Amino acid sequence: MLEMALKGRQGYWGLLIFLLAIMGVGFVSYLYQFSEGLRITGMSRDVSWGFYIGQLTYFVGVAAGGVMVVLPCYLHDYKAFARITILGEFLAVASVVMCGLFVIVDLGNLPRMLNIMIYPNPTSILFWDMIVLNVYMLLNIIIGWNVLSAERKGVHYQKWVKVLIYISIPWAFSIHTVTAFLYAGIPGRHYWLTAIMAARFLSSAFASGPALLILLCLIVRKVSNFDPGKEQIRTLGGIVAYAFILNMFFLLLELFTAFYSQIPGHMHSFEYLFSGLEGHGSVLAPWMWASIGFAVVALVLLIVPATRRREDILAVGCAAVIASTWIDKGFGLVIGGFIPNPFGRVFEYWPTTPEVLISAGVWATGFFILTVLYKIVISVKEEVGA
Amino acid sequence: MGLDRRKFLKIVGLSTLFGLGGKAAIDMFAPGELEASVETIPLTAGKRWAMVIDVHKIDETIIKKCVEACHREHNVPDLESKKEEIKWIWKEDYEHSFPGRHHEYVGEDVEHGSFLLLCNHCSNPPCCRVCPTKATWQREDGIVMMDQHRCIGCRFCMAACPFGARSFNWGDPRRVLEDKDLKELNPDYPTNRDYPTRSKGVVEKCTFCAERLAKGQLPACVEAANTVKKDALVFGDLDEPDSNVRAVLRNHYTIRRKPELGTNPNVFYIV
Amino acid sequence: MYDGGKIITGLIIGIGLFLFPFYYNAGKAAKAPDPELTAKAKEAKECVMEKAYMTANHFSLLDEWRHTVVRDADRYYTAKNGKVYYKSLQVTCLDCHSNKSKFCDKCHDYVDVDPYCWDCHIEPEEKK
Repeated sequence: MLEMALKGRQGYWGLLIFLLAIMGVGFVSYLYQFSEGLRITGMSRDVSWGFYIGQLTYFVGVAAGGVMVVLPCYLHDYKAFARITILGEFLAVASVVMCGLFVIVDLGNLPRMLNIMIYPNPTSILFWDMIVLNVYMLLNIIIGWNVLSAERKGVHYQKWVKVLIYISIPWAFSIHTVTAFLYAGIPGRHYWLTAIMAARFLSSAFASGPALLILLCLIVRKVSNFDPGKEQIRTLGGIVAYAFILNMFFLLLELFTAFYSQIPGHMHSFEYLFSGLEGHGSVLAPWMWASIGFAVVALVLLIVPATRRREDILAVGCAAVIASTWIDKGFGLVIGGFIPNPFGRVFEYWPTTPEVLISAGVWATGFFILTVLYKIVISVKEEVGA
Repeated sequence: MGLDRRKFLKIVGLSTLFGLGGKAAIDMFAPGELEASVETIPLTAGKRWAMVIDVHKIDETIIKKCVEACHREHNVPDLESKKEEIKWIWKEDYEHSFPGRHHEYVGEDVEHGSFLLLCNHCSNPPCCRVCPTKATWQREDGIVMMDQHRCIGCRFCMAACPFGARSFNWGDPRRVLEDKDLKELNPDYPTNRDYPTRSKGVVEKCTFCAERLAKGQLPACVEAANTVKKDALVFGDLDEPDSNVRAVLRNHYTIRRKPELGTNPNVFYIV
Repeated sequence: MYDGGKIITGLIIGIGLFLFPFYYNAGKAAKAPDPELTAKAKEAKECVMEKAYMTANHFSLLDEWRHTVVRDADRYYTAKNGKVYYKSLQVTCLDCHSNKSKFCDKCHDYVDVDPYCWDCHIEPEEKK
């Protein structure tokens, strides 16, 4: 099937070359970082994780979100989704690749990376995160590839694939739970030390993953003869709506606990993120308010049935969901946990240009893989459909 | 016959006068006895090392001496940058040493008093729990140690430490040797040619001077403080009922930083 | 075979490129290195192990030392003759072998290895 990625129209090749160019820029920026050290980023002694780890967290969510097409299809026998499960699975593959790359570019000492496996520490959540993410990627590659080959040959996929599919469903929940545990078990970082972290992660994942999938479905329909389907997109829209409402509800729960209890540690990070602390303004405040703004737009467009059911407006709602969750999780979550620092001081963070270029290179790599995988899917679907 | 501690220290002290390393001197004065003797030196056989800092006894001079002694001993350069700052032991005011304890009517001497902060060598250290490679771990004597050969620079430990005790090498510390401004700031870097520097991309912090304890010497900061004022910093074994630290803790009211987090810090402050 | 000519030409070019470093460097073999001992090292006559072992395996020994020193706090090494050494590259090894450029670097350059020991461990100051 791989050969199908080698035959495409001009637009396909144009996109790949464009992505390759960004990957090149990212790679050169990374070489610069590799020789100079992470000092070329905006990270500091106080904010020791930044944009990279934020993006890792966000894309673990996107990867987990793919399960929102797999679960209804296989556990609830919702047949309509059988047509697009492959899109969810391959989105997960591309996302996990991005996660891995974001970890790699964040490491201070890349040549020693294998120490995680040579000297594993089972009490470290990072160790488990590495395991669940890699296994999740493998599961999705194997499942996706086998189901797609079977579809191409016009046969039913083999029985053992079904076993893997059933494993992959709870596994999707596990990757984002374990990622939440990276943060939620750390003493002294009040913004992270909350039992609802994993639940919040999953709800935002199940909103942002399917939201991205809807946009991708609309693009696929536009550029190919394969139509992911009106009903499919509509059902996904409902899932995004529910998950996003839940996500905002969880945020309100956090706000209540912090501000009704009036415990300073619980309030400080929120105060910093949305207005600033100790007389410091906050470089993140405009972004956090933008996140809230996008959330309000998304809630209105997604809750009102008339707007949700119009695909063009649904697309706007999904874009708003992605923007809102991306700022909240890819940015505010990590930075907010580090401010104020353990001494109660504010030391701000803002990513540098090389840092953003490296991240762009990672995104481009992910979308390159996604493009190639989706191209194969589309070719198979067109071949079968014709 | 092993060397007793007094004899050991005498040899080490004497030989320093003659510019010899401690090891070379021992080989010269008592060849072959070193290994057996080290075990008899109390400082090398602690079960739970701890430090008590008497805030009434320390002042700006002592604090400066401690910080300098430590950072010179361990080749910690001044990088003139808040962002990339590396520190093993440092000065902090009351409000920021003990966030949450502060109130507006606190006495002048406490409010403007200076504290000496360093790694707490917690008995239940979250940094070791999160390290994916065991590059930081707890030794049997309680010291939270760093293995610079193994650290991959993921900085999970920095996120996990509630005391801000860990520093990361955002760049190569040896750029001090090339950079004009930094060279001016650290004219004699590396200050201790018997101790390594670090490379870029690893985390570092106080090790309670594990390398000095092994030779029967007190941590550099304790030694420096005691040259000015006796017992300003007291270092010893908490596991030993008759130890100096236990006696000090019995006789004074002491506090620790953020005890509510359950990390069980082993640095105490007499306030 | 279709396109036989093209394939064979391609193969020849490929193999040629692959072998290029060999005939480019043929007859230009670098002289085997000859690390120098300092007066102090000569006088000591023996290292912590036999010379043959040290030549071939010093890195294994150093690797073991760094591991046991840092991780097990086991800082002393007893040689076969009973002599005790403080296990330290920087303090003990380089005390005798204080001519890094003429001792360590000679072989390391010859076999083109770049041990990262020196990223942290300070090289001895050598008199030029």
